[in-house]
Amino acid sequence: MTDLNILSANLNKAFSGKVVILKEHLGELTLVAKASEMLGVLTRLRDDAALRFEQLIDVCGIDYSTYGSELCEEGKYLPDAPREGKRFAAVYHLLSVSLNQRLRVRVFAEDDESPVLNSVMEIWPSANWYEREAFDLYGIIFTGHPDLRRILTDYGFVGNPFRKDFPLSGHVEMRYDAAQQRVIYEPVSIEPREITPRTLREENYGRS
Amino acid sequence: MAEIKNYTMNFGPQHPAAHGVLRLVLELDGEVIERADPHIGLLHRATEKLAEHKTFLQTVPYMDRLDYVSMMLNEHAYVMAVEKLADIQVPIRAQYIRVMFDEITRILNHLLWLGAHALDVGAMSIMFYAFREREDLVDAYEAVSGARMHAAYYRPGGVYRDLPDSMPQYQASKIHNAAATKKLNENRQGSLLDFLEDFSKRFPKYVDEYETLLTNNRIWKQRTVGIGVVSPERALALGFTGPMLRGSGVVWDLRKNQPYEVYNRLDFDIPVGVEGDCYDRYLVRIEEMRQSNRIIKQCIDWLRKNPGPVMTDDLKFGPPKRESMKQNMEELIHHFKLFSEGLHVPAGEVYAAVEHPKGEFGIYLVSDGANKPYRMKIRTAGFAHLSSLDEMARGHMIADVVAIIGTQDIVFGEIDR
Repeated sequence: MTDLNILSANLNKAFSGKVVILKEHLGELTLVAKASEMLGVLTRLRDDAALRFEQLIDVCGIDYSTYGSELCEEGKYLPDAPREGKRFAAVYHLLSVSLNQRLRVRVFAEDDESPVLNSVMEIWPSANWYEREAFDLYGIIFTGHPDLRRILTDYGFVGNPFRKDFPLSGHVEMRYDAAQQRVIYEPVSIEPREITPRTLREENYGRS
Repeated sequence: MAEIKNYTMNFGPQHPAAHGVLRLVLELDGEVIERADPHIGLLHRATEKLAEHKTFLQTVPYMDRLDYVSMMLNEHAYVMAVEKLADIQVPIRAQYIRVMFDEITRILNHLLWLGAHALDVGAMSIMFYAFREREDLVDAYEAVSGARMHAAYYRPGGVYRDLPDSMPQYQASKIHNAAATKKLNENRQGSLLDFLEDFSKRFPKYVDEYETLLTNNRIWKQRTVGIGVVSPERALALGFTGPMLRGSGVVWDLRKNQPYEVYNRLDFDIPVGVEGDCYDRYLVRIEEMRQSNRIIKQCIDWLRKNPGPVMTDDLKFGPPKRESMKQNMEELIHHFKLFSEGLHVPAGEVYAAVEHPKGEFGIYLVSDGANKPYRMKIRTAGFAHLSSLDEMARGHMIADVVAIIGTQDIVFGEIDR
């Protein structure tokens, strides 16, 4: 694998001033780019001779609304304090086969209410289903995507199930109704429960 | 003259060649595919969301159920992500055991793929041969973890326990009398390693058997040569990994290029294809089985000579020894906390990937320092491969779609997650 110092030097050279954060942690580089500049940055990442990230490995939607929150009520996490920063982000994992290097790019959506990002399908065709997935599960809209449909959830599903305010047990359940002779949807009858509560520990807890 | 219209056909979700629950909406011009639109998600279980509500240890069994034909490799990527984030040192013996079982799992996966792919294309007998060998390997799974499929054997910090000294034996029954049972148990008299060594000696001959049935078979070649051709540039752009990428001639294998565990100490080769069609991918996977067998042999040799611990001795992440737990307060507390509250990993994010039989299987883990992941994203190879089905199938006949689904090695547990 390429030395991370060389890679980060190359990245700094290619994007002086455009990069919000470039951080190394656990032997991995994370680059945070602005949503307005994402297409330029990502195209450069693919085409620059010292970067050449010809493969998009993954696109991952994230909802940061309860990050670091410990409170939990009825299986639902509540933000204990209004968080700084944006709520939704898409994380792109890039791989360069020719130069054997990896990079993670995070782009935050500007608007928390209706998150919008640019589609990268023009840069990497493999983004097609990954963006559909992030749209389905998080409601992030990718402008420029030619076919932004739900992909994993049921036909006619309402809501974005991976958002932190969506309960684990969902809102509706379905069963076959013998009288109507069809499958019907009803509000869920199960109580959300949590066997092991979520707990946060300060760093180096229990180590002397 | 009659008006000619395109015909839309539904393929699956209940179709034996749809490999599970694939629903494919095909737009046809006569028998030629104009457009293929896969509808997925019929097996969606929200594993990623469930993981956010489970402790790190409780998520391990969910991993088995993703790609349910290469169970331990899914676990491997997950435990590697946890270990990387929490900086857990894994004992070397555990790393060798993991590599050995990774390769056993790769053979398991490729055998099922070979049987199913050949069955789809019309060669029935391969399935029976493939399952004959799978039986021995799932027995190895059973011996080591107690389960034939969903092992939950890899744990953050090592593996659940060391390799057993004896193999389970067949019992006499209505079908097998005492003499037949004795014959069945012949290679099960020693330890698990003896059993696997016996298997690894027999296995290359079995692969030869599959090859005599298929490699030069005229019908097999007619159905696979020149079908679903993908150029190297296109394969990279579409996000292909694993045998799908190597079949197109790109030399890329995480075991060689970004080695994890002890792969850099082992001797094996990476087969690549030339044409990028279904036949080349078939040849690549056949050769991968032989190479996996080579790796298994090397692991057996090493594991025989080097006993040692298989679980980290850091009690914040690995359970204490049973006897010391019964005698010491400290160990008792550790044990209780580990299995009730679970282990804590520091805040941060990490991506760990393994060379899965189907391609790159990665876990992206975001933690905020709690006893549960904040977000876990599972990157599966099949998802990227299936998304290219439209492009691969265009212009081919309906029967070729079946061959293409077969060559992509589709398993819905990992695509729908």
